[in-house]
Amino acid sequence: MIADVVVALLNVLTVAAGAPLLVGALRTLKARLVGRRGASPWQPYRDLRKLFGKTPVVSTTTSWVFRATPYVLLSTMIVAALAAPVLSSRPPLAFAGIVLLMYLFLVGTFFLTLSGLDAGSAFGGMGSSREVAVAALAEPTVILAVLALSLRASTTNLGGVVEGLAADPLLAVNPVHLMAFVAFFIVMLAETGRIPVDNPSTHLELTMIHEAMILEYSGRHLALVEWAASMKLLLFLTLLANLFFPWGVPAVLSPMPLLIGTLVLTAKLAVLTVAVAVLETAMAKLRLFRVPELLAGSFALALLSVTAVFLLR
Amino acid sequence: MPMAAYVAAMVLGATGTALGIAGMLGRAWSVEIDWLVPLGGLHLTMDRFAGLFVALGGAASLPTSIYATGYVGRERRGAVAYVVFVAAMLVVPLAANMMTFALAWELMSLASYLLVMRQGTPSSAHAGWVYAVMTHAGLACLLTGMLLLGAWTGSSGFAEWTTAAPALDVPARSAVWALLALGFLAKAGTMPLHVWLPLAHPAAPSHVSALMSGVMIKLGLYGLLRASFEWLGPAPSWWGTTLLLVGAASAVGGVLYALTDRDLKRLLAYSSIENVGIIVIGIGGALAFRAADADTLALLSLTAALYHVVNHGAFKSLLFMAAGSVVHATGTRDLEALGGLVKRMPWTAAAFFVGAASIAALPPLNGFVSEWLTFQALLQNVQLPVAGLNLVFTLAIAALALTGGLAVACFVRAYGIGFLALARSGAAESAHEVALTMRVAMMMAAVTCVVLGVGASVVVRPLIDVAATLVPAAAPIAIGPGLTLQVSNGFASLSTAAVTVALAGAIAVPLGVLTVVGARVRPRRYETWACGRLLQTARMEYTATAFANPFTRVFDFFYRPVRQVEIEAHPESRFFVSRMAYANPTRFIVDEWIYRPLHRAMRATARGAGAIQSGSANAYLAYVLAVLLLLLAFA
Repeated sequence: MIADVVVALLNVLTVAAGAPLLVGALRTLKARLVGRRGASPWQPYRDLRKLFGKTPVVSTTTSWVFRATPYVLLSTMIVAALAAPVLSSRPPLAFAGIVLLMYLFLVGTFFLTLSGLDAGSAFGGMGSSREVAVAALAEPTVILAVLALSLRASTTNLGGVVEGLAADPLLAVNPVHLMAFVAFFIVMLAETGRIPVDNPSTHLELTMIHEAMILEYSGRHLALVEWAASMKLLLFLTLLANLFFPWGVPAVLSPMPLLIGTLVLTAKLAVLTVAVAVLETAMAKLRLFRVPELLAGSFALALLSVTAVFLLR
Repeated sequence: MPMAAYVAAMVLGATGTALGIAGMLGRAWSVEIDWLVPLGGLHLTMDRFAGLFVALGGAASLPTSIYATGYVGRERRGAVAYVVFVAAMLVVPLAANMMTFALAWELMSLASYLLVMRQGTPSSAHAGWVYAVMTHAGLACLLTGMLLLGAWTGSSGFAEWTTAAPALDVPARSAVWALLALGFLAKAGTMPLHVWLPLAHPAAPSHVSALMSGVMIKLGLYGLLRASFEWLGPAPSWWGTTLLLVGAASAVGGVLYALTDRDLKRLLAYSSIENVGIIVIGIGGALAFRAADADTLALLSLTAALYHVVNHGAFKSLLFMAAGSVVHATGTRDLEALGGLVKRMPWTAAAFFVGAASIAALPPLNGFVSEWLTFQALLQNVQLPVAGLNLVFTLAIAALALTGGLAVACFVRAYGIGFLALARSGAAESAHEVALTMRVAMMMAAVTCVVLGVGASVVVRPLIDVAATLVPAAAPIAIGPGLTLQVSNGFASLSTAAVTVALAGAIAVPLGVLTVVGARVRPRRYETWACGRLLQTARMEYTATAFANPFTRVFDFFYRPVRQVEIEAHPESRFFVSRMAYANPTRFIVDEWIYRPLHRAMRATARGAGAIQSGSANAYLAYVLAVLLLLLAFA
């Protein structure tokens, strides 16, 4: 019982404490790649501390939805951290599958897009409209891509998928697997608001999605929203790492395997972070109305992958 | 006088709930009064499956009748029709022979037709007309199918059909199934037979719309289930695949139209088409699994469908009641004229919020549970060894996932534009909270939504028992520790109770920590920032049309949007615009591709037939003689 609680806390702490570092490292890497020195990877922690210390300003136009959203958003990310196979393939909410996880993220999207509309400014509405469009179009791809995996592991339980696939030595050269991976990678970029779908470091009204939606947030509310966004990035990268490269994810909950598991996860995340940084540096942001084509492409890949599983068995 | 009628409806609702739940739990009974109805007599039978739908009708009409007492005010018209409507809906699932069924079915249709026509405006007259045509075309299909089946089995009793049908050959059963499915799906409102639904639901008073959407269209599905699993014997696999595709098309098409509609009640009507689509996907899955001898999976899929039937009854009646309160308070259904209601009508806004979150399938509310179950049932199609069938299932899964995302967008738009931010019109600005009875009714439905979600492990058991009367098989869902639903021996599991506790804890702990640390300083209130403009008005808000714009562009092959811009300029210079008109009417591919050609063909036939109508009595006598001679010649 106590061990379960400790593992649950470890899961949440890893995601919550690691997320700002991930974002910071990504920013530093991107800066180095274009020849700037950039801020230290620890900068997001300083930003969060600063924001938590400031008085939030809340628009008089808003309702309870606006003020509840940061807490609801954080809570969905915490529960997602409890449900995803982060440190081991036996997460605390052991029953969770991809459907629950995706709908938990949708709870966050639901509240966040509502509060974008709540302040009554055109920026917020525009951001909400775009964010919810991207989320809705990314949804089927995520489910199909993970379906392609769970078909081979014959369970939708995420931990079960990790354990089932880890036994397959030829996984990395399986084209079906790679198609699902590429599809999931593209929707990961869309879901977490990275280039080429959204640019996390712009405030240009023509292009921004996530930043437009949270424009009215300040102080601790903004801190919570930013923190939750970085947790979402970490969770998606972790899913990508552990579902598609399921090696080294411990199935037992004792200290030594967990330590090794954490190190392996860090290594996998480092590789993925470099990949994202290189991609973001090398590519330009897509025009907003070209984004659906990208998502349709990733959907087609996921569908092909599932079809191939059926035809090749 | 109207008050007495609504109280009678409440009593009917309470009785129906009690009888239905008793029936669901296994208390079967039957009533036969042979002299009351011609051709077979009045014959009612309660079994578990009928009990579910009687309970649904009763439990939905109890709050709507309470709601109606506040909603109609002094209006007298429509009260009697409403009671008849409720009573007929409670009788339809009990009917045990063709004549009883047809009478109750037609009474239900006629009563709702009168209620749709009640307003007496040209638009409600049009809605009533389309509804009457569609519902009677459906009835014609139903009666043809039932008469054929009656002639082939030599009986009009449903129980006799069930025993005699397996002996009939497959093409005959399939022909009858096609007719019955057309009739029942027209009532259920699946695409492309949905055309009456977005017209009739907004035209009816809101407590009636709540029942039409929450219960009446479900009775179409009730008939479909009876016909597919009982009356017509073992199903060939194309019945299931057809329903999977029809359901997928309805789900995606319905939500796409809901996403762009400006009329709050019509939006809900389109969303009903979507949800019926989700249920039909579940039914189709069950039929396809059954045809492939995977009975446990069929039972799972059917349980998911029935769960969604119950859930949709709860959240859609809630949403229609909340939308009715908005109409009552503001006099408009146009999203672009609402806004700011969360402050002026907090109860209604809270009710709509719960409904929106439930229908958007957000965990841990009820919509999520049934959609999750549907996903788990469909995902297991991998056990079927036919690749073609697997692909149909995969398409249905993709459609379901897309529908889930689009439904979130649709209800963010409905709630965010309709209830949040600033009022967009004087009517919305002067809105007031509605009467106590209406608030009580909405809260009843809202609590039901939460209970059906969090208490999933309690609700699912009787539903499995009900579904098992159609598909006898081993129970596919076990209840594990921590109120976990365990599907198919570890294929998937879910505990909404645990999710609820986790979500609540994950909100409470950070709040507590921030309070203890002293970081929760009071926020400063200030106006919304918008580039330093002087004042904020509702004209600066994002509109419902603009919100839906990304979807109109992405799915333009479906919407086929047209932009009509008319600019009248001053004769001296085109830069002095004197008048400007902009419109972007919605086009409906179903109307353009199916109903208009059909209409044209019917008119052409009628015009052709008009050639022999000279108006002279002599000519008509000659026709009679000719027909008589023909008949004699063939006899």
